[in-house]
Amino acid sequence: MSEITYLEAIREALFEEMERDKNVFCLGEDIGAYGGAFKVTEGLMAKYGEQRVIDTPISETAIVGAAAGAAHMGMRPVCEMQFIDFLSSAYSILTNYVATARYRAMLPCPMVVRGPSGGYVRGGPFHSQNPEAAFLHTPGLKIVYPATASDAKGLLKSAIRDEDCVLYFEHKYLYRRIKEEMPAGDHLTPIGKARVAREGSDISIITYAATVWKALEAAEQVEKEDGLSVEVIDLRTLLPMDDAAIVETVKKTNRVLVVHEDTRTGGVAGEITARINEKAFEWLDAPVLRITAADVPLPYSPPLEDYVLPQTSDIVAGLRKLAAY
Amino acid sequence: MARSGTAASKPANARDDAARSNGSDSLSREQKLELYYFMRLTRSLEERLVNLYRQTKVVGGLFRSLGQEADAVGSAYALDRSKGDILSPLIRNLGSMLVQGAKPNEIIKQYMAKGDSPTRGRELNIHYGDLVRGFIGQISHLGDMVPVMAGVTLSFKMRKQDRVGLVYVGDGATSTGAFHEGINFAAVQRCPLVVVVENNGYAYSTPLSKQTAAKKLVDKAIGYGIAGEQADGNDVIATYEATKRAVDRARSGGGVTLVELITYRRKGHAEHDNQSYVPAGEIDRWASENDPVDRYVKRLIDEGVSKIELTAIDTRVQAEIDTATDEADASPMPDPTDSLAGVYAEPAVVEPLWFREGVKSAVEVHERPSSWGTHDV
Repeated sequence: MSEITYLEAIREALFEEMERDKNVFCLGEDIGAYGGAFKVTEGLMAKYGEQRVIDTPISETAIVGAAAGAAHMGMRPVCEMQFIDFLSSAYSILTNYVATARYRAMLPCPMVVRGPSGGYVRGGPFHSQNPEAAFLHTPGLKIVYPATASDAKGLLKSAIRDEDCVLYFEHKYLYRRIKEEMPAGDHLTPIGKARVAREGSDISIITYAATVWKALEAAEQVEKEDGLSVEVIDLRTLLPMDDAAIVETVKKTNRVLVVHEDTRTGGVAGEITARINEKAFEWLDAPVLRITAADVPLPYSPPLEDYVLPQTSDIVAGLRKLAAY
Repeated sequence: MARSGTAASKPANARDDAARSNGSDSLSREQKLELYYFMRLTRSLEERLVNLYRQTKVVGGLFRSLGQEADAVGSAYALDRSKGDILSPLIRNLGSMLVQGAKPNEIIKQYMAKGDSPTRGRELNIHYGDLVRGFIGQISHLGDMVPVMAGVTLSFKMRKQDRVGLVYVGDGATSTGAFHEGINFAAVQRCPLVVVVENNGYAYSTPLSKQTAAKKLVDKAIGYGIAGEQADGNDVIATYEATKRAVDRARSGGGVTLVELITYRRKGHAEHDNQSYVPAGEIDRWASENDPVDRYVKRLIDEGVSKIELTAIDTRVQAEIDTATDEADASPMPDPTDSLAGVYAEPAVVEPLWFREGVKSAVEVHERPSSWGTHDV
């Protein structure tokens, strides 16, 4: 079997799930004839037709709302946000309608909203966002954010089969940069389970998405230069969060660096830190530190973007600070 | 008068429209009496809810549809329940839900926040649904149900089902982005959807003239490339017929229709609203000249229905409401811990917070505020 990219893994998951279940359909802007802004859905319309691969008007609220209505009736819609930055245009219907449907009205809402996320690509303020924290606060939604090609495939297939709405963030920096051979067969990655991306015993990095790779680079560097053994936890799912995996790594290393690409205030790292404080405080030998983006809209120019976003060297600095505490 | 140049401000004209529709006899005598039953049930059930509200047994706000019973009942009646048609109601569509099979005891339990209400005490008032009977639980955010019903009807189209959907919006919701996105999407996809705009003159306190510069809301249909029709919403037969044409168009593959029903909201947004913003005499004029139940009674009697028959229906309605009230009153309040169930299919129950572990009830006495803080008590 040959290796495929993160992007191809997403496409493969869509093909497999549409083939497996005729209730699965895709809707979004420019996803059909054009194949999507990043070509994730290329070839889908040719195979499954315009009834199951729907080119929509520029209407994020209608895309999400229509998906919800179809999901109530037993369909399995997969919505594409052309850029995940536009998910905020559907914020109201997602948080007020979709997320509450099962609880307030016993209406199942099995649907996926996916889209290219994240920075490091010179996309500027509206094509680089990581809006996961805005939805982490909404009971009724699930959030996944894969870092590897095999998880990209396995999590999307699990998300499509989930009985509730899953927000599926796919990192556009990783789209064509990483490759992997897919596990054989019907590959499903469980939602709600973190992954140990690297075993270690001195310090833990808890992270997800593109910064998993930066954390791994940093871990290699401090092992070589400082003799530190760093564990890297790839959360994979942000909601529901894998508290057991977080507590386990805290107990193992007693020092934690939380890393994410999103801005700092109100971010996922704060939530992780609070959970560690409540569930594993007595296991800590140092305060939990955060490496995140600065609290600014993401700027376009390379010197600006690279200054704002967390880099491997920042993670190295964080690890050294924790080791010295 | 706050609203000038709209049909809703001219009840006399609405009557002329009603006279034009008198010739139709597409409904049987039994069906016409059934329409009367649902209109009477809507009005009487709301009157009972007012009593329960004043007794503080209704724990939240109370929303009336006084004067709008014909548009709610007549439009919903145009759907075919045997085919599995589905509607999405608005807060003034108690009558539509009753037509689809909602039961008075469910409504009263919802208002009283009972544990065996359709939403188990999670949602208020008529915010609940049942896909089997063909009505879907609305949310408060106006306009959002249009894209949702676009999706429901998209599924009908994709599965080649012979079903139609109907979504109610008010004059206020036509100003929302969700309304625009949903109706446009449904129009492009030629979904079997009927969008009923109930133009009752006011969105909370805001008159139509401050909601839109459009002369008629039905004119918006042109911009979406869909059919549009305006009808007298206080004439139950005219409402039925206009909606039926739209339902037939949807079922035969003709796509979306915008139906504007002209009516009038005689009570406030909710029971606490004193309607200080309404011009003097406007409510009384609609009540005396254009009450949909009075108009329909007159019509039925003109067509040969006896007062005795109508009184028998009134008596039946009262008995049903009495029974429903007794049942709702005797129902238990929800178990507090049920609040943690059903957010997700999996996990089915959210873990209690550490300070709630083993706690059966958070407080000894549940405060029952007499208002939401929206007005002085």
